Amino acid sequence: MKKICFYFQIHQPLRLKRYRFFNIGKDHYYYDDYSNETILQQIADKSFLPANRMFLDLINLYKGRFKIAFSISGVALDQLEIYAPEVIDGLMELSKTGNVEFLSETYAHSLSSLGDPIEFQRQVKQHADKIKLLFDQEPTVFRNTELIYSDEISELVYNMGYKKMITEGAKQVLGWKSPNYVYHSETQPNLKLLLRNSGLTENITFHFSDYSWHDYPLTAEKFISWIAAIPAEEEVINLFMNYETFGNLQPSYTGIFEFMKALPRFAFENNIEFATPGEILDNYKSVGPISVPDPISWSDEERDLSAWLGNTLQRSAFNTLYGISERVRLCEDRRLKQDWLYLQTSDHFYYMSTKHFSKGESYTRFSPYPSPYDAFNNYMNVLSDFIARVKAQYPDTVENEELSSLLTVIRNQEKKIKKLEAELKSIREANVEKFVKKEEGE
Amino acid sequence: MFGWEFPPHILGGLGTACYGITKGLSMQADMEITFVIPKAWGDEDQSFVKIIGANNTPVVWRDVPWETVKNRLGKFMNPDEYYRLRDHIYADFNYIYTNDLGCIEFSGRYPSNILEEINNYSIVAGVIARTYDFDIIHAHDWLTYPAGLHAKSVSGKPLVIHVHATEFDRSRGKPNPIVYGIEKDGMDHCDKIICVSNLTRKTVIDNYHQPEDKVVTVHNAVEPLSPEIEAIERLAGVPEKIVTFLGRITMQKGPEFFVEAATQVLKRTNHIRFVMAGSGDMLNQMIHMVADRGIADRFHFTGFLRGRQVYEMFKSSDVYVMPSVSEPFGISPLEAMQCGVPCIISYQSGCSEILNYVIKTDYWDVDAMADSIYSLCTYPGIAEFLKEEGKKEVNNIKWEYAAQKVRDIYNQLVYR
Repeated sequence: MKKICFYFQIHQPLRLKRYRFFNIGKDHYYYDDYSNETILQQIADKSFLPANRMFLDLINLYKGRFKIAFSISGVALDQLEIYAPEVIDGLMELSKTGNVEFLSETYAHSLSSLGDPIEFQRQVKQHADKIKLLFDQEPTVFRNTELIYSDEISELVYNMGYKKMITEGAKQVLGWKSPNYVYHSETQPNLKLLLRNSGLTENITFHFSDYSWHDYPLTAEKFISWIAAIPAEEEVINLFMNYETFGNLQPSYTGIFEFMKALPRFAFENNIEFATPGEILDNYKSVGPISVPDPISWSDEERDLSAWLGNTLQRSAFNTLYGISERVRLCEDRRLKQDWLYLQTSDHFYYMSTKHFSKGESYTRFSPYPSPYDAFNNYMNVLSDFIARVKAQYPDTVENEELSSLLTVIRNQEKKIKKLEAELKSIREANVEKFVKKEEGE
Repeated sequence: MFGWEFPPHILGGLGTACYGITKGLSMQADMEITFVIPKAWGDEDQSFVKIIGANNTPVVWRDVPWETVKNRLGKFMNPDEYYRLRDHIYADFNYIYTNDLGCIEFSGRYPSNILEEINNYSIVAGVIARTYDFDIIHAHDWLTYPAGLHAKSVSGKPLVIHVHATEFDRSRGKPNPIVYGIEKDGMDHCDKIICVSNLTRKTVIDNYHQPEDKVVTVHNAVEPLSPEIEAIERLAGVPEKIVTFLGRITMQKGPEFFVEAATQVLKRTNHIRFVMAGSGDMLNQMIHMVADRGIADRFHFTGFLRGRQVYEMFKSSDVYVMPSVSEPFGISPLEAMQCGVPCIISYQSGCSEILNYVIKTDYWDVDAMADSIYSLCTYPGIAEFLKEEGKKEVNNIKWEYAAQKVRDIYNQLVYR
């Protein structure tokens, strides 16, 4: 029996404000609250809230037969908590139905898997804790930022205890193979992989309202008939997309909500069921290994890293950022740690992309900046201030390793003092008791 | 072709552009170009174009022996050419001062009696148009429009005028009515108008009321650097980063915005120096301004630079800034990019239409300019990126391609 696996991505970066070099050293607040708030509330109103309601209705209507999964970045959760808590309430309600799975990812929607394995593990853990706190679920399926995946990353993920992961069904990796099976990692055979069916997904995400598309209009009936026509042995159809597809990227007037509402009915008529990534990876065996020496992602035609680390601007910013990570880990200042997360969000690098020049466009889609250079300059100014703050925490002359051991000594000292104090106290108490007894005895 | 400047005797970007277009056109096998300039110096490169100096063209019939002509004009042209031109004198111009050869003297510059010189130039154009056979007339900038119109009325051949700048650019929106009149007359009566950028095209359409289909844009390009220039080393002896402004120090180029941005940067840094190269009517004002802001210890003036010195300046720079208020095209950022210097240019300059690998700001946005200068001097990532990619980009902007567009326009006019 065929199964459709839906997973929706929710992410919004914390956009930086115009941060000029005059601000360096003086102004330590980096975010454009106004645009972050308005953008998030707009998306919540247009997309997240109606979509939450729709999916809750669908799950209740089909009594457990309709299932979906979410991957929500920590940065997005932080912002939703402040600017649109009703979205979180909706997601909590969805979680309570038991038909919704939450996936694991990096807290900051970061590229740390490519630059800093220790930070990567820390963020994944932090994100899992947050999901547990909000939705009372312990995520078992890992999904990396922008579905970035490589053999190396599979090791990292597996070593953290994950046995299930999601990535892109990139052509350069799959070749003639179909994404509609479960695979496993070449280097870690125990890590099972679920691959996105990009063709079918993009029919919804890109083509749904495209009048010039030869299959326009897309109806639920037509879409399900395509899935039904897939050979019977290809049983898992993975449709992974941005949650904003509903209502924002495809506005509600295009009929996207009606399409989604009708989809389960036609699926069930054709004997097609729904499942979450976790269930599929538990129930299906892998048909073979997938080898990915160079990282892949779900972005652009190339399905690689070029949107984030394609030019030297992006790489230099990336290297500067992760050049400080060791020092940041030694810091304990909470605000510093939070800024560290928000500065790692992959979108900051995406805004510096110059790929669109070749298409004759002068600015990047979704970018708040007029040009990639502005994006770079602004980010680097913020980063300079951040680095100065990190360095100000401890004297610059002390090397990281030395500092680390010193800090351990200091922390241990505290523990030791506490322990000794406790001992002293108990001895004193014992002495007092003895003294009292003695007195009584006399 | 009628032009006012031709290398090596140039005073601004006009001569460079004329040279580039001519050279680009000369790459087309079936193209023969005669270029008329007010004053020929004799050291112009005539390998791909025939240069005629208006100052060597007789407008008054004088009986001069062949030997004299050979002695006097030998380095400019074949003496027979003189007699051929002399045969086509079409009116009595004895009221004008002419020399013993019957030629009018020209300064070839922009003297105070420029209007008289323009008029004389068009008188000479009449003689030249009657002497030679040609298919198309191409006039560069307002100084030569009257000559172009005259040649058109004599020969009936189509006239293309090439707008390198308009009076609106030069005067920041307060045009001299006489100059405007000459420009408007040229545009009204020519067959096609070529503009060096969409910005200029818009000015021509809006302020000179030309129909849109008559006005086309052909962006300028840049000559590849010669090996000698490529080999120039960095001269600067200071360890600081050097930020350069290079151009005429006039209202049009926005030098005061550069000084303001420098003030902002220098207040906060000690690893950057500023250089203002060039001369112009606002030079003294700028020196006062720098002194007034108290930044004279790290802000330097070089005076006018020519030829090789310009490239020595570029090669010693870490950032090039062109804050032009209104720049029809602006070839100098392209030259800076050839030398591997990252550029900051204003949105109000025509070259920003074709350049991707430069930082663009509004000319008045001093803060943004200061910010970009700081970044380029502080973050090696972006400086390296713009250096490499900018060089690649500019190496693909060739006169050959621009000339092909000009040729398409010629074809439309000649074969209509």
